[in-house]
Amino acid sequence: MATDSQLDLWEVFIQGRNGSHHTHAGSVHASDKKMALQNARDIYTRRGEGSSIWVVPAVAISASNPEDAEAFFDPADDKVYRHPTFYQMPEGAKQI
Amino acid sequence: MTDINQLKYSYSLRLGDNAWILSHRLAEWCSNGPILEEDLALTNLALDLIGRAQGFYKYAAELEGKGKSEDDIAYRRNERQYFNNLIMEMPNGNFADTIARQLYVSVFEYYFFRELKNSKDETFAALAAKTLKEVKYHMAHAADWTIRLGDGTEESHKKMQKALNELWMYTGELFEMNDVDSELMAQGVSVDLSMLKPKWEQHIIDVLKEATLAQPEDIYMQTGSRQGIHTEHLGHILGDMQYLQRAYPDAKW
Repeated sequence: MATDSQLDLWEVFIQGRNGSHHTHAGSVHASDKKMALQNARDIYTRRGEGSSIWVVPAVAISASNPEDAEAFFDPADDKVYRHPTFYQMPEGAKQI
Repeated sequence: MTDINQLKYSYSLRLGDNAWILSHRLAEWCSNGPILEEDLALTNLALDLIGRAQGFYKYAAELEGKGKSEDDIAYRRNERQYFNNLIMEMPNGNFADTIARQLYVSVFEYYFFRELKNSKDETFAALAAKTLKEVKYHMAHAADWTIRLGDGTEESHKKMQKALNELWMYTGELFEMNDVDSELMAQGVSVDLSMLKPKWEQHIIDVLKEATLAQPEDIYMQTGSRQGIHTEHLGHILGDMQYLQRAYPDAKW
């Protein structure tokens, strides 16, 4: 990753409302945890998007290698039977 | 206006003006912040303050009962008719200057709105409760930066200390009271500012200690805003802010 002069990079995860999962929202620059949380709050929750924030130092994230993409992901392409399509969604359940 | 409404009008105007003028200053950081994140943080504070000003101006217009809007109050008064504390109109300077101003103001506002929340005037109490939540964040943001800069590099420490020293003489005014205060206090509407001073001072001292900064010396305190007397900076702010309404009254878009 190219270094820049704007402090360390943190990845931001926002939970929209209680009970739902945290979703990646983007990233911020900050020199420490507290500042990362504040910056994330100011950038990603200013329109009422959030009820909880996680920040993670970008360097702590291990990412899959694009070169491995074939071996990693292609084998799943022809396994349609893994989709649980034959289950009926219980009435009233919005998220499973 | 009845006497009590006149007093509340003055009080509401004073609180609206503080928020309004400081919001203009903070908005000047837009596109000039040290990093993108801080640019947004400062303009977020400005937006909170605009919302607050709107609330107090709207109430002032209601009390006055002449059918004015909050915009009329914001844009159509002259310098001497503004009652914001002088510290609000101080130029942004460098980032440390802005943070010092924000620290002094936000800590004051935290203790102030905590008290105003208990006002016997329901509108003041409601506006104060809403404002208090915002101010807690403003205060944390300013204190964190004060500590970061004070306890940072030699250069940042020096700039932060200089900023705190230079603005100190504008802090005395925050606690000044006049007839409006004493008469509204008697009715349980307004806040006894003299009681806030020791709490404010202790809070500031604690932050400065953590930031390895020294408390500025009490030499001389500026005064004037309760009479509508300002520094030379307010006229420039109003020139900027009121240009459109003055040149094209009632312009809409």
